[in-house]
Amino acid sequence: MNDKNPASTYDFVSIDENKERHTLSIIVDNESGVLARVIGLFAARGFNIDSLTVSEIESKNQLSRITLVSCGSPSVIEKIKIQVERLVPVHKVSDLTAEYGQYGALERELALIKVKGSGNKRLEALRLAEAFDAQTVDASLNSFIFQLTGRTREIDRFIHLMSSVGLLEVSRTGIAALKRGAENT
Amino acid sequence: MGIKKTGAEIVIQAIEDQGVDSIFGYPGGAVLPIYDAIFQQDKVKHILVRHEQGAAHAAEGYARSTGKVGVLIVTSGPGATNAVTGLTDALLDSIPIVCISGQVPTHLIGSDAFQEADTVGITRACTKHNWLVKDIKDLPRIMHEAFYVARSGRPGPVLIDIPKDIQFAEGEYENLIKIKHKTYNPPSSIDKSAVSKVIELIQRSKKPIIYSGGGIINSGPNTSKLLNKFIQKTNIPITSTLMGLGAYPGSGKNWLGMLGMHGTYEANMAMHDCDLMICIGARFDDRITGKIDEFSPKSKKIHIDIDATSINKNVDVDLAILADCGKFLNEALNVIREKKINSFPAYDNWWQEIEKWKKVDCLKYKANSDVIMPQYAIQRLYELTKNKDTYITTEVGQHQMWAAQFYKFEKPNRWLTSGGLGTMGYGFPAANGVQVAFPESLVIDIAGDASILMNIQELSTAVQYRLNTKIFILNNSYMGMVRQWQQLLHGNRISESYSDSLPDFVKLAEAYGATGISAKKPKDLDQAIIKMIETPGPVIMDCQVASLENCFPMIPSGKAHNDMLLGDDVTDEQVSTAIDDSGKIMV
Repeated sequence: MNDKNPASTYDFVSIDENKERHTLSIIVDNESGVLARVIGLFAARGFNIDSLTVSEIESKNQLSRITLVSCGSPSVIEKIKIQVERLVPVHKVSDLTAEYGQYGALERELALIKVKGSGNKRLEALRLAEAFDAQTVDASLNSFIFQLTGRTREIDRFIHLMSSVGLLEVSRTGIAALKRGAENT
Repeated sequence: MGIKKTGAEIVIQAIEDQGVDSIFGYPGGAVLPIYDAIFQQDKVKHILVRHEQGAAHAAEGYARSTGKVGVLIVTSGPGATNAVTGLTDALLDSIPIVCISGQVPTHLIGSDAFQEADTVGITRACTKHNWLVKDIKDLPRIMHEAFYVARSGRPGPVLIDIPKDIQFAEGEYENLIKIKHKTYNPPSSIDKSAVSKVIELIQRSKKPIIYSGGGIINSGPNTSKLLNKFIQKTNIPITSTLMGLGAYPGSGKNWLGMLGMHGTYEANMAMHDCDLMICIGARFDDRITGKIDEFSPKSKKIHIDIDATSINKNVDVDLAILADCGKFLNEALNVIREKKINSFPAYDNWWQEIEKWKKVDCLKYKANSDVIMPQYAIQRLYELTKNKDTYITTEVGQHQMWAAQFYKFEKPNRWLTSGGLGTMGYGFPAANGVQVAFPESLVIDIAGDASILMNIQELSTAVQYRLNTKIFILNNSYMGMVRQWQQLLHGNRISESYSDSLPDFVKLAEAYGATGISAKKPKDLDQAIIKMIETPGPVIMDCQVASLENCFPMIPSGKAHNDMLLGDDVTDEQVSTAIDDSGKIMV
């Protein structure tokens, strides 16, 4: 019936909107299955997860903070926030990017970067680590593990540079974030 | 302090304290302690279904007709997985039900034990919330929390998975029915200035329309009364979704009929041309909007919903009010009173336009004296049951749309159909659920020949409990709606949608110990319907209807509201070729 689209009982539309990266901070009851509930919602509704960090933050009240970076159009990000807020064990959802702009909220990530090499490359790796203020947390005769804490972009840059001096593997924690100032996130 | 009880006894006590008198279920290894507790009390009546999907739909039927929470009990593994369709149905249609599932003992969880399934994992996506009870101390709280979550905000299904050792364990029961939930607190107040804004917009509009939905029904019968008052005051035309039928009477003077894919011409045209749309308790579903970027292009849109996720989900609105529909209507009437607004615009021009659309007579069909037309069957059923205390349920397909088009509902909670999920097999168990709640009422499942076979086993349930449930089958020997789409969209290739080898429904009824009636000719129809109504106990009426009739009007895929197919447009080419191709099987 429709020239461009397959005959169907559904309307086919493609939506192409500007995508933004947003950091959400979600306070949840630390009960079994709560993480599955949150990320299951993302999977079920086709939302993206770029980064995810979860840990208990208050053992007395059994609260955990999920810090999650997602990518989508402003309206999709708003939908994500409302959908997550509706989950029963969720106390609070803050969209740090919406409140503070892309670089406003305090965001940090930790990465462990393993580099293998010898001779000049080994020296260069050490020099770069020093320049980035990365700590050397493990060393063998032909390898290092560097630990770097910082903004995601900085870590991305460091890893990119390491790739030319013998990068072997990387482990990253994902983003931890808080509001700046005296207010609760 | 609480009273000492076993986990199983706590389950039943909590159900009783929540005011639920009848529950639906099927026993099995992992729920035996609960069934033992059921045996030893007489406050909560248990109805034994024949398949767990039937239990879920029966609980939905009970909930939708009474306004209470419906309850089902299923065993672990297959018991729980069989209930999944019913839970999903309740999720999409916002029906409050609590499913109690048995689970293997705590120490066996994760060992792939006999009849073990990851029930909370499987049902996480099809419930509002679910719980795995790991400690007997948590059980009383979780039981009451579950009922609270099921009925609060936008209602829906919840599940409590209870390992067998927890059912045996002894704990202390407290009636926590009034406990406040620490995180789940849906909106209880309303933005009064926004309500005033709505009234102002109505006063300024020239072509307003109310588009109401299941939220009005879910909000309780009083909300329907408020809606009627609001419409009396404002004289705005009203249409409703499939889920909202009955909130405003089908005989009311402002009623335009249902909207959407198989809605009336006047309702859809009015939605398309209006300048102010007031959506109360509906959710801009794709069956309603049609092509989204051509949906009601000239209107300001107002959306009232209890659920924030429904607002701006499919259609961006100009004014949103997060509140219960009843609270909104009450406040709207208050504003009208306080501001001493005695009259609204008469909308004469708007009503004249609507009258023109009504004259199209979009539901007309070709009468036939030799074959029962399905529309005629519903019209006769309506005429012969409208003055009785009647509840109608349906399965899913053409018969469902004809029922929605031709049966007029005067009151809320009288119409039960699977709208969101479109579950074939819903109607009959749901009708049993209604009949359990209202044993003296007339409860009719309007069914299709294909749908009814999906939960026909529930006829045993109806016979066992001497339920008077009636099944009115519009038998056209096809999965009619599938065939309709194949005719219109797939080059008339009728792929696997012919119902070959149908049972003899009269004998089928008799085999179960029920009554079977059939009608083949229009002249026999009334008499057969009367016999169906007057025969006590469950009855199947096999109403053999014109087999290739299709359901119109219809908004085809990717089309806007003002681009409807009417019955006359299509009969000639598309449908007549269908008749040629399968002429041998035709009437």
